[in-house]
Amino acid sequence: MAHAPKISRRTFLVVTAALGGGLAIGIVPTGRAAIYRAADGSPEITYWVVIRPDDTVVVRIASSEMGQGSLTGIAQLVAEELECAWSNVTWELPAPGISLARNRPWGFFTTGGSMSIRGKHEDVRKGGAAARMMLVQAAASAWNVPAAECSVDRGVISHKTSGRSTTYGKVAEAAAKLDVPKDVPLKDPKEWKIAGKPLKRLDTLDKLTGKQVYGVDIALPGMLNASISACPIFRGKLKSVDSKKAESMPGVKKVVRVGDDAVAVVADTWWHANTALEALVIEWDAGENAKVSGESIDAMLAEGLSAQKVFVGNKVGDSKAAISGATKRIEAIYDYPFQTHACMEPMNATAVWTRDSCEVWCPTQTGHEAIEAVAAAAGLPIAKCEVHRVLLGGGLGRRLFSEYAVQAVLIAKALPGTPVKLLWSREEDMARGRYHPATKAKLSAGLDPNGDLKALEIRISSPSITAAVKPEDLENGKDREVFHGLFAAGGETGEDSLEYTIPNLTIDHAMASTHVRLGWWRGVNVNENAIFLECFVDELAQASRQDPLAFRRKLMADHPKALAVLEAVAAKGGWGSKAPSGRYRGLAHMHTRDTYVAALAEISVKSDKIKIHRIVVAIDPGVVVNPAQVERQIDGAVMFSLSALFLQQCTVKEGRIEQENFESYDSMRIAQMPKVESIIMPSGGFWGGVGEPPVCVAPPAVLNAYFAATGRRIRSFPLKKHGIKLV
Amino acid sequence: MELNINNRPYKVDVEPETPLLWVIREQIGLTGTKYGCGVGRCGACTVHVNGHPMHACGLPVAEAQGARITTIEGLAKGDALHKVQQAWLDNDVPQCGYCQSGMIMAVAALLARKPHPSDADIDAAILNICRCGTFQQVREAIHMAAKA
Repeated sequence: MAHAPKISRRTFLVVTAALGGGLAIGIVPTGRAAIYRAADGSPEITYWVVIRPDDTVVVRIASSEMGQGSLTGIAQLVAEELECAWSNVTWELPAPGISLARNRPWGFFTTGGSMSIRGKHEDVRKGGAAARMMLVQAAASAWNVPAAECSVDRGVISHKTSGRSTTYGKVAEAAAKLDVPKDVPLKDPKEWKIAGKPLKRLDTLDKLTGKQVYGVDIALPGMLNASISACPIFRGKLKSVDSKKAESMPGVKKVVRVGDDAVAVVADTWWHANTALEALVIEWDAGENAKVSGESIDAMLAEGLSAQKVFVGNKVGDSKAAISGATKRIEAIYDYPFQTHACMEPMNATAVWTRDSCEVWCPTQTGHEAIEAVAAAAGLPIAKCEVHRVLLGGGLGRRLFSEYAVQAVLIAKALPGTPVKLLWSREEDMARGRYHPATKAKLSAGLDPNGDLKALEIRISSPSITAAVKPEDLENGKDREVFHGLFAAGGETGEDSLEYTIPNLTIDHAMASTHVRLGWWRGVNVNENAIFLECFVDELAQASRQDPLAFRRKLMADHPKALAVLEAVAAKGGWGSKAPSGRYRGLAHMHTRDTYVAALAEISVKSDKIKIHRIVVAIDPGVVVNPAQVERQIDGAVMFSLSALFLQQCTVKEGRIEQENFESYDSMRIAQMPKVESIIMPSGGFWGGVGEPPVCVAPPAVLNAYFAATGRRIRSFPLKKHGIKLV
Repeated sequence: MELNINNRPYKVDVEPETPLLWVIREQIGLTGTKYGCGVGRCGACTVHVNGHPMHACGLPVAEAQGARITTIEGLAKGDALHKVQQAWLDNDVPQCGYCQSGMIMAVAALLARKPHPSDADIDAAILNICRCGTFQQVREAIHMAAKA
């Protein structure tokens, strides 16, 4: 890390007042080239730490906070090494434009793949530790004593022999002028006092009083509001729009064509804008995709199950020969639907555009990509643009895409100098999602005379998210992500490995293509892979008349960490002992984002109704930074995944998504929420993710319990398709 | 049109069919009450109208005239949090927080009607959607608030 910036300085118009302060960072030229200052003038010690004269410690948070709690976790890691008082810690979100101008000192901003803590822990801990060393050095220099003779306790620096003491706030100015040390030793997690503890989140109070400013709440002087309609048939265009009636409606300022596939109404209020939007007479040029239906997509995916051209993700031995020579052959086809994120806060962005600047306020999971998209839409160099980040009303992967920010800029360009807030209606949000891809899988296995698994084949047939949205990440055409949770152990794919040893194995992917827009959805491909694999393994146990846990154990001798979480849920869930009357249990486990997870479900079934009495989840993410937040992520992951399993499907008709609102795309309510019991069992030595991994295990555990209860194996989803209700 | 929101009088000039939600957010400028679905399904816009929990997204402002309207901003008494807010703070309930204004208002109304709700009462009364899945903490915090 180095302090002296090599880039040209620039100052931004930072509208902190509109945001209630604390959210934006200004670069205020100081005349002292070595010091960066926060908007309030407080000096930056390292990139991650600003210290105010009153001893407040401001931790810079590069990741987006969308509910997952990593903001607090990152702050804990910084505070741990900084040795400040936790009660003095607050936070701010560096803006992407400043990040780019300073050559990305905070690293990546993209918040996905459960990376916030596992991808940043070393940088942020070093940022805290280096700041501590500089603050101590500043005090020592002022006292003319060796730094090694000084100690720190909760932000108070003391020199014992002379009896002197001072605080971080008092020496911050002097510390900021020092070089950042390069050799920065870090604590062993065993010594942690702040990190590793179940501390309360830093971002709660304003969420309880209505004060928290989300993207939808941005208010700027003179701001107008916009509502938009884009072609609901993906890849279609806007052919014509008759806006005569809409333009005469109350409050309407302008009707704007946005790109080649959308039209927006700009009005004094959003209610006026949205009301007038509904009065537009729009003609879409839908093209050939208007012929696409759920049936045609289904047929395409079915074809993939026997396709010749495939990408191989994991291969051991000769599965084909082993299956044809097996004593018993088992086969099953599973079918997973399109699903959407349905973040509680619909997509939105606020933009103000002039000939030489463009500023956007936007809930985003990907600050750098958002500003690149904004600059391109603005027709301005990135250095003339800024994206101010705010807390997200949910992300779930949806906000890794920035098209709503682009739309806001294009609308604002039609009204130079006037801030415009674009908010999508819920209907627009459902119609223009980035959908989790529909997927089919065919699983085949061969058992030997002892009922042991000799061979397994999994054919996945699905459109590829990577091919659709990030084709540069394909490897000779192959999308690795579809194999999450199914890779060979070890090596660079070992973070998402299949935790069974199977002597003959082929897992491959037939890549389909669809006009339906695809995107990453919390957990991504491992969610359906867990259902395919873990339900099928239960089917194999059933076919060979073995206990599902005993059957798995035999395949897991070389997978001690995976087996440990599985055994943990089995023990706590009472596997092997008699369940209460009418209750049945199911198991599942997976390894993804470098984290081991397992679940046990205990359910009862009354005709078409399933009651889930408890879900026991065990997780080993290596290191845990805040167990209370890990527990909440597990609860949330169970809710998210079971809502998907029971209730959620986006169906395609005439090229468009049929679901329009929560009436047709529902989400679990409190009455349906099972009791979730977490076992947090970090084994140390690695840093796994937390936000996504627990999503994948509850559904197969519930399906396996349902089989145990009814003898009925369900292989297509959501369960409401089969008339099954969650009560 | 005259409205009484959080014990303060407001005069607004809007079409009478404008949903109360948008008047609260856009004319009054109280943005704690959230838009989630616009069809009375998710509960993010829950406010109290004469003490009753209502979806503000489906209530024409004309029908709220003369009523006592309370939003999330009016729940605390000065700096003293309402017992539901306090229980939420003590139990670290919110994740993204977007649905929590509506959730808290729904719970405050439930406790006003039923000071010691059973789990079944909670299941019947709290129908808000939370996509983060805070329900387990919500339930614990409701019982905590009931004891406060």
